[in-house]
Amino acid sequence: MTGKLLSESSEWTFDLIERYDREIARIAAGYGLDTYPNQIEVISAEQMMDAYSSVGMPVNYHHWSFGKAFLGVEQRYRRGHMGLAYEIVINSNPCIAYLMEENSMTMQALVIAHAAYGHNSFFKGNYLFQTWTNADAIVDYLLFAKNYIAECEQRYGEQEVELLLDSCHALMNYGVDRYKRPSRLSAEQERRRQKEREEYLQSQVNDLWRTLPVRGGDTSTEDETRFPAEPQENLLYFIEKNAPLLKPWQREIVRIVRKVAQYFYPQRQTQVMNEGWATFWHYTILNTLYDEGLVDDGFMMEFLQSHTNVVAQPPYNSKFYSGINPYALGFAMMSDLRRICEQPTDEDRHWFPDIAGGDWIKTLDFAMRNFKDESFIAQYLSPKLIREFKLFSVLDDDAQEQLEISAIHDDRGYRYIRQSLADQYNLGSREPNIQVYNVNRRGDRSLTLRHTQYSRRPLGDSAEEVVRHIARLWGFTVRLEAVGEDGRVEVAQECEVEH
Amino acid sequence: MTQLIDRRLNGRNKSAVNRQRFIRRFKAQIKRAVADAVSGRSIVDIDSGEKVNIPARDMSEPVFQHGAGGRREAVHPGNTDFIAGDKLKRPPDAAGGQGGKAGNGEEGEDDFAFQLSREEFLELFFEDLALPDMVKTQLAKLVDFKSVRAGHTSDGVPTNINVIRSLRGALARRIALRGPHMKRLREVNAELTALQPEPVDEDEEQTPRALELQAEVRHLKRRIESIPFIDTFDLRYNNRIREPKPTTQAVMFCLMDVSGSMDEERKDIAKRFFILLYLFLTRNYERIDVVFIRHHTSAREVDEEEFFHSRETGGTVVSSALKLMQEIIRDRYPAGEWNLYAAQASDGDNWDNDSVTCRNLLISKIMPSLQYFAYVEITPDAHQSLWDEYERVAEVWSNFAMQHLQGPQDIYPVFRELFRKRVK
Repeated sequence: MTGKLLSESSEWTFDLIERYDREIARIAAGYGLDTYPNQIEVISAEQMMDAYSSVGMPVNYHHWSFGKAFLGVEQRYRRGHMGLAYEIVINSNPCIAYLMEENSMTMQALVIAHAAYGHNSFFKGNYLFQTWTNADAIVDYLLFAKNYIAECEQRYGEQEVELLLDSCHALMNYGVDRYKRPSRLSAEQERRRQKEREEYLQSQVNDLWRTLPVRGGDTSTEDETRFPAEPQENLLYFIEKNAPLLKPWQREIVRIVRKVAQYFYPQRQTQVMNEGWATFWHYTILNTLYDEGLVDDGFMMEFLQSHTNVVAQPPYNSKFYSGINPYALGFAMMSDLRRICEQPTDEDRHWFPDIAGGDWIKTLDFAMRNFKDESFIAQYLSPKLIREFKLFSVLDDDAQEQLEISAIHDDRGYRYIRQSLADQYNLGSREPNIQVYNVNRRGDRSLTLRHTQYSRRPLGDSAEEVVRHIARLWGFTVRLEAVGEDGRVEVAQECEVEH
Repeated sequence: MTQLIDRRLNGRNKSAVNRQRFIRRFKAQIKRAVADAVSGRSIVDIDSGEKVNIPARDMSEPVFQHGAGGRREAVHPGNTDFIAGDKLKRPPDAAGGQGGKAGNGEEGEDDFAFQLSREEFLELFFEDLALPDMVKTQLAKLVDFKSVRAGHTSDGVPTNINVIRSLRGALARRIALRGPHMKRLREVNAELTALQPEPVDEDEEQTPRALELQAEVRHLKRRIESIPFIDTFDLRYNNRIREPKPTTQAVMFCLMDVSGSMDEERKDIAKRFFILLYLFLTRNYERIDVVFIRHHTSAREVDEEEFFHSRETGGTVVSSALKLMQEIIRDRYPAGEWNLYAAQASDGDNWDNDSVTCRNLLISKIMPSLQYFAYVEITPDAHQSLWDEYERVAEVWSNFAMQHLQGPQDIYPVFRELFRKRVK
């Protein structure tokens, strides 16, 4: 029996990692996980902090905010406030996963199963990642971006570039067409087409602004057709294409930030699913290793302890509570799907008639490929899980004196809670809905944005600063209007630019 | 298909650039924190990093987000005793606290704390200070040379002959000079072979043409053999040139009066001053020697421990220390190889007629070879003769600086004043 064990001590070696990886790859393939090739890199804790602060990317352009992130991480790590994550994995082809040298062999195996096969297959399979990211090109593109920005810094000065990046970063969450499929990122094409684009864009912008502005205000603009004809949600794109005063290189940088933002867009929407999927698979794969007699009890004890920590969900009244743990919810839902397939109850047959008793591998695969957090929860959160998590929903309406418990984990509440939780993961409700409404083309060239309020929620204090950033990019006055639920429009922020 | 890569040997400081940018960007705030730290802690342990706090709002990265208010619904786990329809009092702190994104609100108020490394801390601490004439010394006063390779030359000393180069040249020359003769030799041989297909005996009758050709063959062979294997023309020598090398070593003399009038408190002030000077020099020189000279009526070179801690009594003859310093410079630290700095601390007491000796010694013997001489007088009382005489030295030598200290709180401003960046 012991002869089959892959390792007997907790020390790892490169040889051992390779043996574990081979076994894990075999098991993963047996479960039908389709992955990019893996590139597993062993790094030190400091390098892990580096990776952290450049949002996990192996290359990135330079910016002080990454330095700030690094200092923050370093400080918390030194004080022991946080352990470093065991892994960082990059959605690229080959899929790059980092292993920290401090980890024991068990942890390395866990990370390999979690990142190199769990996340990896999610990156490759999920529709959002397929739509929004191009794993083949991202590293090349970032390299292009880094070099381009470094070149701009040399030519136009670090400060200049930094201010521009600050402004772009403020709008990073508004750099995505949520309803339109983007074109693919390709570093090669980027380089080739960048020059042409510069010239072409500049001519387009000039065309748009051919009309000389009329000084002293023009009241007739109200009657004219608005520009853009339809409100635009992709602020960065709109600015890149239409901001009157940006120079070609500045447009290119806006574009770079937008493309990078777009790359991270799927991650923000699939946290529960992505982590749940990876956690489910490391759990399943390592258990299979154990069942096959390849690892011993000590290995499993260490693994389970760490796994249990990761998927712990403290209740709302615990001092450790900080919202719902995406690992816990995701892992529970994925495991629950398997249970519904393998051991369905009458309740499951009633709620999930099409999957109860089905093939669990196919069901999970389908769920992984075709959902994001919001729809995944709306589709698959089962009454059993709602009971297990003892979920309840609290309504906080500032028009009411008191908070109200709107639903709990009972027959009447299941659907309500499921919907309410799904909404919580809807980007539309998490982030203010702000769109470009109009540009005063014949008058003062001012840009008007509209914030369509969601459930009467106002904007936070930082809005004023963000508007200033937009004004820096736009070069003329920027106005932010708030549209209430009743359709009333009022000016919330205005930032004038003197000329 | 998995590729396993060991990246641990790669650079650790990928974020160094970003870190620098962060520090540059918030320099004003960080400098304020550094100034606070300097006043807050003993200067003696200045030589370490510092934790710096910056108000987080100064460096926020704003994004659009929801503020408090409106209608929001949140799902939480772990219900124990609520049922649908229950009404609760709003928790006092929880305007936004019920939402899933409460985290942002809290962080906003905290200070952003981080650790400056020792280098970064000192960099800021020493900013806009520069040693006088340092630039001059490092760039202009190039006194040390090192020998570097610089290609090859056609003459030199035999020890520098580059054998490979020389033989390569010789081979090329031989091939070039031999060429026409070899060609002719081949032609002659060919003709000879045509004339006499069979080898013939010596005594056999030969045609005159053959004899002529044979003679030419002999002649050509002689010509070829006479080309020398190697010629002086072929010789190549390794060329070395002397490149000036800036001096990167400094010696710092600490001179202190340890007569009875210097009490522990004054010595402490002096010590702090020396430490600052030392730290400043470590920023600029690779190697620094420190020489401690203590004196009362006679001077002695001592180690640091003794310098600061042992006590003596007696009168004061400052010139004894200056003389000793001069001797040490002459014996161990020639001015051409070392950057010489001196710092002297005293309470100003001196035997009256000695002060004049000090002045003369400084002006004519010592100052010419020094980069800088800093004199601090630690006394709450009026100045005495030494101060007056030193003032006359300062008139002659611009790199002689003197300051008056009254207590520990004066050190830092004085230090800045002494080493203020000079406007040229």
